Amino acid sequence: MAWKYSEKVKDHYLHPRNVGELSNANAIGEVGSMVCGDALKLYLVVDQETGVIHNASFQTYGCGSAIASSSALTEIIKGKTLDDALAVTNQDLADYLDGLPEEKMHCSVMGKEALEAAVANFRGEKFVHDDEDEGKIICHCFGVTDKQIEKVVKENHLNSVEQVTNYTKAGGACGSCLHKIEDIINEITSTTPERQRTVDVRGGTTSPELKSKVSLYKKIKIIEEILDSEIRPALGLDHGGLDLIDVEGENIYVRLIGKCHGCANSDITVDFIKDQLQQVLGETVNVINVD
Amino acid sequence: MENQIYYFDNNATTRVAPEVLETMLPYFSELYGNSSSMHDFGGSLGDVVDKARSQVANLLGAEDPSEIIFTSCGTESDNAAINSAVLSQPGKKHIITSKVEHPAIINYYEYLEKNGYDITWLDVDGDGLLSPESVINKVRSDTALVSLMWANNETGVIFPVEEIAAELKKKNVIFHTDAVQAAGKIPIDLKNNQITMLSISGHKLHAPKGIGALYVRRGTMFKPFIIGGHQERGRRAGTTPVAMIAGLGKACDLAEMNMDEENVRVKYLRDLLENLISESVPAIEFIGHRDQRLPNTANISFGYIEGEAILLMLSEMGIAASSGSACSSGSLEPSHVLRAMGKPFETCHASIRFSLSIYNTEEEVRHVASVIPDIIRTLRRISPFTPRELIS
Repeated sequence: MAWKYSEKVKDHYLHPRNVGELSNANAIGEVGSMVCGDALKLYLVVDQETGVIHNASFQTYGCGSAIASSSALTEIIKGKTLDDALAVTNQDLADYLDGLPEEKMHCSVMGKEALEAAVANFRGEKFVHDDEDEGKIICHCFGVTDKQIEKVVKENHLNSVEQVTNYTKAGGACGSCLHKIEDIINEITSTTPERQRTVDVRGGTTSPELKSKVSLYKKIKIIEEILDSEIRPALGLDHGGLDLIDVEGENIYVRLIGKCHGCANSDITVDFIKDQLQQVLGETVNVINVD
Repeated sequence: MENQIYYFDNNATTRVAPEVLETMLPYFSELYGNSSSMHDFGGSLGDVVDKARSQVANLLGAEDPSEIIFTSCGTESDNAAINSAVLSQPGKKHIITSKVEHPAIINYYEYLEKNGYDITWLDVDGDGLLSPESVINKVRSDTALVSLMWANNETGVIFPVEEIAAELKKKNVIFHTDAVQAAGKIPIDLKNNQITMLSISGHKLHAPKGIGALYVRRGTMFKPFIIGGHQERGRRAGTTPVAMIAGLGKACDLAEMNMDEENVRVKYLRDLLENLISESVPAIEFIGHRDQRLPNTANISFGYIEGEAILLMLSEMGIAASSGSACSSGSLEPSHVLRAMGKPFETCHASIRFSLSIYNTEEEVRHVASVIPDIIRTLRRISPFTPRELIS
C-alpha cells in the first residue's frame, strides 16, 4: 500500500534531524519494541536548574512515518522547558509534519509517549505505561491498556474503533478486543454529551471471545518488563546487556550484547535469565542465546 | 532523483508485453462483436477465443483446451475451484491447506470455517517447504479437497504439488493448486500429473489485469461460481471478454517461448542480485529454500531495520520492490508467510522481496545492488537496535 505522505514527512524520513545517541543525555525515554514493529529511544540533555531541553536526539526502528515523527519531535522540543514540552500533543507532532495518514497516527502517539518516558526518567518517576496498576490490558496483541486508549480518545476526540486502532494499534491484529474498545469510547462519549455518540465498529463483529491463555504479545510485554526491571540492570553491572529477539512457545531467544557477548560465563548468564523469567511467567521456558 | 523505474516487483504484477497489447487492440476497436452472437461479425470471434484457449492449455500442458475456463482473475479462479469442490461433495466437510497460501485461498477457507467446515492448516518448515507425507497424513474420509499453492508469492518456494497430487489421486481426493506465481516461470505439464484443478492469473505473466483461468481436469464434476448466461459452456457466466482472453493466450505463448530464458537468464540476474547484496551488506538473511524456488524471486531480510522504511528509500530512487513488514501492509501484522516459517518478528518486519522478469537487465540489477548498501547503512544508523560494529 502506498501511503500518502506529505512532503514534510518525506523530508524528515529522508533527512532525519538529530539522529543518534547523546553521550551527555540526562533523560532517556524508550518505548515500543522490535516485535511490535516500531520503537523509539529519545535522548535529552536537560538543564538541571531551568528544566530547559538543551539538546534532543533519537534512535528509531520503524517505518518512514515513525522516523519522521521522531525527527519532528526532537525539533519541536529543543529549547522548550520540560513542562512546555509535555504540553506538546501527538496532534501537534502530526501538524508539524503537515499531517500523517490516519493509519499512521500511532507513530505520533509513540513520539509523545517517548517524551513522557524521558521526562519521567529525568524526574526519577516511573513511566506510567510501565505500571500495570495504571491500566488493564485491553489489546493483548499490542499490549495496549484501557488508560492509554482513554487518553488518546480524549486528547484526539476520537469516536470510532477504527480511529483508536490507527492511533494506538489496539485491535489491529486479532480484532478480539474491538468491542471492549467500543465500550471505552461509549463510556467517554456518554460523559461528554456535546459529542456525537455514534461508534463505528469495523467488520468482524463476531470475533471470538478472548482466550484465557496469555497471548504472545502479552507474554512478550511481561518478558520485556522483567528484562528491564531485573535482568538488564544486573547485566549492566558487568557492562553487558541483552536484546530480546523472539518468543516462540516456551523458547525465548535473546542476544547477549556488550561485555556479555562472547563472555565465557554466558551459560551462567543464560541460566540466570531463565530462572528469573520462569519465576515471573510461572511456566517452564528455554532461554536460547542466538549469538 | 532519476526518472527511470527499476521494476523489481514482478510477483505483484508485470508489464503487459508489447506483443500482447498488439494482439488485444483490434478487439477494443473494430472487432468489438460479442462472440456469443449468431451473426458472423460477433460469432466469428469465437475462433479468437478458441485459439487463446489452446494457447493457455499448451502452456499448462493440458490434454484438451476444453479443460480451460476463463475467469476474471486468480482470486476468482481460486474461489471457483474451492466452491465447486465443496458444492459437488456436500457430505464432505474437511479441507486441507497450508498457512502460507494467498489471501484468495486463506480468506475463503476462513469463511468456510465459520460456516461449519473443518480446515486443517498445515505448517511449513523454516525453508518454507512441506513434505507430501505431512499432507497425506491429514486426509480423512470426509476430506473434500486439498488446496496448496505451487509456488509462494513472497518467497518463491515451490511445493511438491505433483507428488502430493499423485498420492491424493490414489485416495480419490480432489487437489487444487494456486499456480498464479508458477505459471510462465516454471514448466507445468498437466498431462503428466494428477492435479485436479489449477488457477492462473494473466497479469503475473505479462497479460493484463482482469483476466485469469481455471484448469479443471476432464471428468471432474464442476459447479459454476458465477451463474448467468451459457458462456464457457455454462461453467462461467458473463459476456466473453475477447480482448482480454486473446491477450492471455498470447501471453501464454510468449511465456512458453521464454521459459528457458526465465530459467537461465532471469535466474542468473536474481542470483547476481543476491550475491552482490550479500557481498556488500552485513547481517542479512535469505528467506526460503535456496534451490526449490522460482528463478525470479529473492526475499532478503535486513537485520535491525524495518521494511517499509527500506521500501520508501528505494522508491525515492525509482526502485519498486515489496516488503513483508507490518507497516507496509496496513494490517499491523507482519507477513503470515514468514511467520508460518517460524521467522522472528524482526526478520519479518525487515524482509524485502525483489521479483524479476525477462524485462530486467543486468545493468538494472547492478544499479539496484549498488544503492542498497547506503540505504541499509543509513537506516541502521537511525535504529536503536543496530550493534555498533555494523555502523562504525
